Amino acid sequence: MSAIKTTNLTKTYGKKDTLFTALDNVSIDIQNGEKVAIIGKSGSGKSTLMHIVALLDSPTSGDIEINGKNIADYSTKQIDQLRNDEFGFVFQQFFLNANNSVLDNVTLPLKIAGIKPKSRNQRGLEALRAVGLEDKAKNKANDLSGGQKQRVVIARALINNPKIIFADEPTGNLDSNTGQKIEELLFKLNKEQGITLIVVTHDEDLAKKFDRRINIKDGKITNTTKGAK
Amino acid sequence: MNIRDLIQTANANLLRSKIRTALTIISIFVGALTISLTVGITSGISSYINSQLGNVGAENVLLVQPAVDQSISSGPEEYKEDEATATVNSPFMMPMVTTDDIQKIKSQANIAKVTPVIYPSIEYVQYVDNSKYVISASSFIDGTNIDLVAGQIPNNDSQELQIVLPEDYIETLGLGNAQESIGKILSITVRNTASSQSQTIDATVTGVQAKSLLTSGGASGNTALLEALNNAEKDGLPDNLKNSYIAVATQLTNADEETIESTKTALGELGYSAQTVQDQIGIINQIINAITAVLLFFGAIALLAASFGIINTLYMSVQERTKEIGLMKAMGMSKGRVFILFSIEAILIGFWGSLTGILASIGIGKIANNIASNGFLKDFTGFDLTSFPLTSLLPIMLVIMFIAFLAGTLPSRKAAKQDAIEALKYE
Repeated sequence: MSAIKTTNLTKTYGKKDTLFTALDNVSIDIQNGEKVAIIGKSGSGKSTLMHIVALLDSPTSGDIEINGKNIADYSTKQIDQLRNDEFGFVFQQFFLNANNSVLDNVTLPLKIAGIKPKSRNQRGLEALRAVGLEDKAKNKANDLSGGQKQRVVIARALINNPKIIFADEPTGNLDSNTGQKIEELLFKLNKEQGITLIVVTHDEDLAKKFDRRINIKDGKITNTTKGAK
Repeated sequence: MNIRDLIQTANANLLRSKIRTALTIISIFVGALTISLTVGITSGISSYINSQLGNVGAENVLLVQPAVDQSISSGPEEYKEDEATATVNSPFMMPMVTTDDIQKIKSQANIAKVTPVIYPSIEYVQYVDNSKYVISASSFIDGTNIDLVAGQIPNNDSQELQIVLPEDYIETLGLGNAQESIGKILSITVRNTASSQSQTIDATVTGVQAKSLLTSGGASGNTALLEALNNAEKDGLPDNLKNSYIAVATQLTNADEETIESTKTALGELGYSAQTVQDQIGIINQIINAITAVLLFFGAIALLAASFGIINTLYMSVQERTKEIGLMKAMGMSKGRVFILFSIEAILIGFWGSLTGILASIGIGKIANNIASNGFLKDFTGFDLTSFPLTSLLPIMLVIMFIAFLAGTLPSRKAAKQDAIEALKYE
């Protein structure tokens, strides 16, 4: 079954003379449990595509189906709910609240969902255990290394038991050694928990390890290759 | 996010830039202090006046006098034969109540008794051979409560000539202390208007009255004394001048609001102005209310300025936390919740500002009460300069918190409208 299916997605910015097409008739179909890399150069439209399929942005035209349902029928509230319940986000720049504890950062999605402190802290510790940072729970987020920070971000993405994790250049800010550990962590989650993984990257080496690679250039899909190399 | 998390998060956000938050709270504090102190003083004075009004008594007594047209007239007024205002026949150039008027007043419904209020022109008073002093005196109105230090109130049915003196007269007049003065004979001298001959009347001191802000400060005498003084003063004058008074005390059969109001209206139509004692003293309340309004206006201006402080603080906060807002929205926090989060921050600023302002004003009020009751209010027992009833403080807090909320709506709206993607990209 499709986790995400898009039909003729188009996204334009500006009007008339300044019209810029970021996405041009993009149709993709991502299956449950699949791991997909969206690759392209800076400004190719890969991030725009991810933002739209992650329901952070809306397309100018075209349809998006999540779990077989067209999200055009969803209210803003339902979309917020869907992101909170089923999506996990990993960002290149981490976006951790520097002064809060690691645990508080990890439990933020559950706090937004309105889950009680006791239960969310318990789940937070579980998520931190999954990324091997249980002992750092009380530390301030700022005191961690880059690799540790990204693992905290992954723990945060994991905490709501998401169906899909979206990752934007997850290894972009890390050295290759640490980057590899993050990769392994993400693939392990995909394999063991069946979480659909959608990663945006310009890193060919990383992209090679995915089931499917969607190449984007100037807002268009140039080619799709299947099978990890 | 549930409400508890929202409040905790908002509080934590405010604590992030402590100095900025503190400065904003101070501006609210100043407004709250001004308003709360104003309300405190007003309420202190009003509660004293009201307690004094309660003591005055004589709820069923109307003081009636011919209405005086106080408007600035353009040209002479037309003569009207039957109107009470036409009988200006007194040396004071004020319309007086004549025997005819008394008959008219008596004929109204609900009136039990009409007693003239006499203000004799006393030349001087003297106790034995001590110095002579000038005092004022007036008729004691039945039903009025006098706060006595010693002795008894004047008895209007007694044939004895009785006088009650204010406390601070006693020593000056040489009567000793309050207790000692009771039963002593005070000589009162009045000058006859017709013959210019002075005549002395002896009155017995029957009581000593405590000092109060509301009493006119004069002595009061019983009917027998005042009639004697009136006769001595006006003997030999024509009857219409002799039997005319500045006002009459009209006792009603009933003290309920309806009777008082209907009688006032009825007398008003006849051309008289009728006021209860409470009405007369209540004018002080009006003056206080006017002063309060001005002070509250200043407080409101302080709060207005403070609101801009809140707007500024929160705008800066929204700017600084753009990414954080974006992140929370990406994770499914709704617009409404983001708005509420920032609104709570504004309300918390209002809460702390008003709470500290009110507490400070209570503190200042307590100190002022101490100073005042040992100083210029020493003689007025039961007079607290300030009082802070919870019923007036709570609304102040709520109003300030509401103002803070209103000020917060602009930045909160900005935060709520922020686009998750744009916010995350923001550097």
